[in-house]
Amino acid sequence: MEKRRERIDRGVKARAVGIFTLWSWREMIFVSGPRLLMILALAFLPVILDDYLRKVLLSVALYALLGISWSLMAQCGMISLGQSLFFGIGGYLSGIMNHYWGWPVYFTIPIATLWGGFLGTLILLPTLRLRGVYFAMLTLMIPLIITRIIEATRIFGGTEGLHGLSSFGLVWEVFLLYLMLAALVISLFGCMRLMDSNFGLVIKAIHDNDRSVISSGIYLNWYKTRALFIASCMGAFCGAFMTHIYRFVGMPAFSLDYCIMPLAANVVGGFGNFAGSVLGAFIIVPISEFLRGVGGLRIAFYGLFLVIFSITLPEGLFNFLERKYNQFEHYVTVEK
Amino acid sequence: MLIPALIYGVIRGVILTLSAIGFNLTFGISGLPNFAYGALYILAGYIMWFFLTILGFPYSLSMVVSVLFNILLGGLIYRFCLLHVRGQIMSEVIVTFGVGLVILEVTRYITAINPRMYQLPTVMDISFLFLNVYFDLQRIIVLGIGIFLFLCLRYFTRHNKIGLAFRGIAQNELTSISLGINSDWIGALSMAFGSGLAAIAAVTIIPLGALEVNEGYEMLLNALLVCIIGGLGSNIGVVVAGLVVGMAQQLTDLFIGSEWIMVVGLGAIIVILLVKPSGLFGKQKELEERV
Amino acid sequence: MNSFSLLKVNEINKNFGGIQAVHQVSFILEKGEILGIIGPNGSGKTTLVNMITGFIKPTSGEIVYKGRNITNMTPQKIVSLGIARTFQMVRPFYQLPAFKNIVVTLCSPRVKGLVGGRYGDFDAIALDLLEEVGFERESFTAYKPASTLPQGHLKRLELAKTIALQPDLLILDELFSGLSLAEVAGIVPIIEKIREQGRTVIMIEHRLKELFRLADRMIVLNYGMKIAEGSKEIMESEVVKKAYLGAEA
Repeated sequence: MEKRRERIDRGVKARAVGIFTLWSWREMIFVSGPRLLMILALAFLPVILDDYLRKVLLSVALYALLGISWSLMAQCGMISLGQSLFFGIGGYLSGIMNHYWGWPVYFTIPIATLWGGFLGTLILLPTLRLRGVYFAMLTLMIPLIITRIIEATRIFGGTEGLHGLSSFGLVWEVFLLYLMLAALVISLFGCMRLMDSNFGLVIKAIHDNDRSVISSGIYLNWYKTRALFIASCMGAFCGAFMTHIYRFVGMPAFSLDYCIMPLAANVVGGFGNFAGSVLGAFIIVPISEFLRGVGGLRIAFYGLFLVIFSITLPEGLFNFLERKYNQFEHYVTVEK
Repeated sequence: MLIPALIYGVIRGVILTLSAIGFNLTFGISGLPNFAYGALYILAGYIMWFFLTILGFPYSLSMVVSVLFNILLGGLIYRFCLLHVRGQIMSEVIVTFGVGLVILEVTRYITAINPRMYQLPTVMDISFLFLNVYFDLQRIIVLGIGIFLFLCLRYFTRHNKIGLAFRGIAQNELTSISLGINSDWIGALSMAFGSGLAAIAAVTIIPLGALEVNEGYEMLLNALLVCIIGGLGSNIGVVVAGLVVGMAQQLTDLFIGSEWIMVVGLGAIIVILLVKPSGLFGKQKELEERV
Repeated sequence: MNSFSLLKVNEINKNFGGIQAVHQVSFILEKGEILGIIGPNGSGKTTLVNMITGFIKPTSGEIVYKGRNITNMTPQKIVSLGIARTFQMVRPFYQLPAFKNIVVTLCSPRVKGLVGGRYGDFDAIALDLLEEVGFERESFTAYKPASTLPQGHLKRLELAKTIALQPDLLILDELFSGLSLAEVAGIVPIIEKIREQGRTVIMIEHRLKELFRLADRMIVLNYGMKIAEGSKEIMESEVVKKAYLGAEA
């Protein structure tokens, strides 16, 4: 006689399949609950929070968006240790357009998003043929090298950066927060849709066995490039947006912070899905705010999070919670 | 002006090679990415400083202590961190990266609390005049140790049982295990050796410059640079790449301007990626063989 | 050489750093026939196929398909020209359900190019294809993750994958290996139907009895060289017997 742990879908989950979800309110709430909850929270938080917490929420949304872009790349096998590349490119592009050409904010941000995406993809294009680790190594190096180039050649403001860029104009601060949250929600559900579609299927297949995909006549790099472009655009948007919030862009746009936070958000929240990135950001960013006092030690804490969560909860918090939500465990006695 | 520049270029190249050799051992040869490499390098420097300046140990003893400390730390990192995520390369990268971050930033914090001029003195303040060029003893030591380590590693990975085991677990872990190679133990040894090499590099190179936490990041960057250009896994590649990049950097410093040194590095990477992505001496497997 | 031949392989060589895997192999394939490639293990059969399908570059020689030189093309380009292959070591997308494996193949440019535009619901087409190769609809086997399928079904899955590409030339690398007699008997009609559709097939096999029922012609390889070519009678020849059974035969 032996005790074994068995996991079974909860009754609600088993019943709520396809059209049968409409069977009763219980099933409908079970399925749509978490998403609605999140959307409602994001819709109402900005108005009920005070000024300081609103800034924190903006940070959360920013890093969540970066985390989603990281996750998209990771699911295609491109693990990037340098998400700041896209952030910096987007930030600098919009800063340059605004500073040198005087273009207004509502022009620079979309253009920086698209062109930033394009440039980011272009820079990383030669690395797509390489194994994942090479990619990681290169993404770590490129933003750091770009920083040094800016410092050395003193272009685009050099170490000083570009100051005095336009703000968003006379709009409510809350409006900006909603803009960012809207971008977050669109990206989140957009990416989820993407991965559910046949595009996502091919991506998962590439992850599983790329030789088989090649023998089906599919060009791997084309899929990776498109995913990279989307992720790059998201990162560039973040950079462009924050440039106009801070009204400044400089070398810190390529800083290690923007590389590590998305990584930490995904490690904590969970790989393989986008909701995990958002969850991770909601956890990591507020904690980092509390740690503001200890300065550089903040990064040490991120590192600690990375290590501990990678080892103890590799599936990530979101996957863990989802599993608990959908299934329950109990002990079964089994004949030996 | 050219001859001194060439000679310093070679020395600079050897420094680069020396710094990358440990990373190459762990990652290129054993297949374990150790992104805490830069952190371990600088930590060794600080450990040596501690023993030398605070505890007053003799110079050579401090060197030995810091190398041993790193060897131990490398093995411990493997045992407590990498072991749990063995096999999933990306988790290995993330975990070691995280460990590196912790080490670097905690060190930064501690040194910021106790601000002072951190420096490692050179072995002896002697210079030699040769071919109209001044050679200081420290640089000669670097050169010597670099060559010595290279030869050692070459012999080790080809003829020594443990060295061959290192290569074995990277190429086919299951086969290695079925041949009686304890993959975990070998992995720990590989990490330990790599960290030890980082320490050796640290104690010989840091006296030439400053003992600063940012040097740790810089170091990881350089090691990655050299390994990518030379080809991961190839000792010769690391040497050649190190020399080439070192020479290019020195000449850039001389003729163009010191700010452009990193640009050279980036340019070299771009060229390599476009021409031969697996590195100068890297072994790029054909599609069918890779699968 | 008939200029209407589907595939011409001319003096193809492959040298792996000292080991000559394929040595001066040449043959011609006509449209609509089933060609068998046989030979002992290590005779270079799979290497030959890898070169034809673009996974390995030959050291020398050329491969001409439908009049075009495909020797150094990428595997994907060769697929888009109409050659599809199976692999000796079957490796499906284990995490995905069986029919999703086929959907992946349907996303290929080859399929899009053939039909152009809306092809219809990929899922339904995948399920139809699986039914053609013997996945019974009622048992819902097609919905199971590929990791749970037995070898026989996995081989059928590989076959369905190649059919999905609507190729003019199918190369089946040891499709029958690891299957029972009954399972092979189930697959043979599928291949016959493929031939009836006007497609050409190359089969690499060890199961000679089953191969003889299907193949029109045979090529025998040994140590990378073509030692015999012809129909089933060549199996009587001394040189082939020696290759399979050793010198004491």
